[in-house]
Amino acid sequence: MRGCCPGAPTFKGFLLIENLIEIKGARHAYQTASGPLPVLDGLDVAVPAGTFAAVVGPSGCGKSTLTKLVAGLMKPDEGEVWLHGERVTGPRKTVGMAFQNPVLLEWRSILDNVILPLEIVAPKMPTKDRTARAMELLEMVGLAGFENKRPSELSGGMRQRASLCRSIVHKPEVLILDEPFGALDAFTREDLWQTMRDLRAAEPFTAVLITHDLRESVFLGDQVIVLSGRPARTQYVMDVDLPADRTLDVLFTPPAAEMLHTLRDQIKIAQGRADEGGV
Amino acid sequence: MLRKIITPVLAILIFLGLWELLVWANGWPNYKMASPSDLPPAFWKYKELFLLMGWQTLWRTVVGLLLAVIVGTLIGMIIGFSKLARDALYPLLVGFNAIPKATLVPVISLIFIGQHDFNTILMAFMISFFPIAVSVGIGLSTLEPEYRDILRALGASRFTIFRKIALPKTLPEFFGALKVSATLAFIGTNLVEIVSPHGRGLGALFKSGETNGDYPLMFAVLIALAVLGIVLYYAVIFLERTFAGWADREGT
Repeated sequence: MRGCCPGAPTFKGFLLIENLIEIKGARHAYQTASGPLPVLDGLDVAVPAGTFAAVVGPSGCGKSTLTKLVAGLMKPDEGEVWLHGERVTGPRKTVGMAFQNPVLLEWRSILDNVILPLEIVAPKMPTKDRTARAMELLEMVGLAGFENKRPSELSGGMRQRASLCRSIVHKPEVLILDEPFGALDAFTREDLWQTMRDLRAAEPFTAVLITHDLRESVFLGDQVIVLSGRPARTQYVMDVDLPADRTLDVLFTPPAAEMLHTLRDQIKIAQGRADEGGV
Repeated sequence: MLRKIITPVLAILIFLGLWELLVWANGWPNYKMASPSDLPPAFWKYKELFLLMGWQTLWRTVVGLLLAVIVGTLIGMIIGFSKLARDALYPLLVGFNAIPKATLVPVISLIFIGQHDFNTILMAFMISFFPIAVSVGIGLSTLEPEYRDILRALGASRFTIFRKIALPKTLPEFFGALKVSATLAFIGTNLVEIVSPHGRGLGALFKSGETNGDYPLMFAVLIALAVLGIVLYYAVIFLERTFAGWADREGT
């Protein structure tokens, strides 16, 4: 492993870094025509290696800004972003991203869309190996047999599955998901949650998921981070104490209901509506 | 496939029939309006000139159009990627495009006196680069940020992002503009050939028909120009099918 952190504890030759992703006290303001617009004001996020962090918060609170910080696409005005014990100063090849819009390239087949990141990250990798890796993922998400189709020939849910494959094809350390299931219908969305859970078990990434769906955050997350309204700060962090191989049924158990209720209250606080009556 | 050919051919025949009928019904003489039946003799009489001058018009138009593609794409890239350049260049481009190009023929004929081939190509270029520049510019500036970010997050260079994503994504808009530009370039070429004739190109043949009162010849030139225009248009369609056929979602 990298010699980044002298004296850091190791285990079987691997560095034991407690948090693979760490954001400390991030503050940021966008410069607009009508003056600076603060979006982040004291953002703290810590995601242990191999875990899944769901981030929820009111609309427009700066959740997408958070993804850009982790991806190294922008730097905060103040505060620090660390990935794998290294200060983030720019984009890095160990990041994968998927968005609400699957942004597949219409002139490429599904297979070639999934391969795209490998062309950047591993330009010398033989075509045979690239294809094998992409096919492995496509099979895992149930798209075997669709690899030669064009994106427009697939349904919205299938496109999003292909987009997920593309985001992890290069085995990124960090997977950033910016509301990838937001535009899907409820049943397709639940299917995709299960696909995501299975991918998580098979692939080694650490994930940050931005979402508006509290059930999604509880089903997929090891922790749920609630951001306050704009400018965003970390308002509440909840550990999701449910088994890793959870099924959708878990959402209908009392512990999950309890968590959802707590999160709902936190969102109301974030929206500045805490003193209103029943949910 | 057969239907795809028969339908337009039939439409052309009907058009020629109606034209013939119009001239016949009104009893117009040749010097008022030639009828389609007057054209084959005119073509046959001047067949060498049609081949020679048609070729002169065609190659100068194609060279002007190629120049428009290169310069138009470059300008499009500049205004597509830089907001500053967009703000600075748009009024200039629109203003230049608004100038009737006929007024520029004497200007360039004076600047580059005697350089007839060059002047003709220059005019074909000037009249046809604008749609290409605008469409490439719009195609690039409206690229959704997510498309960029999937590669930018991996540390891909701007050039890689342009080559792998922005360029292919802009191709449908580019070919849409190229179809407009191809016909515009013909107008540019003929403008110079008619306004400032040097005995070259179909425009000069048209002019000589006018001078000699040979009206069937003038109409024959117009038809020849239309045929060249159609040929170039379908050449562009062929390129579009080859390079941006994916954008055609017919049947899906």
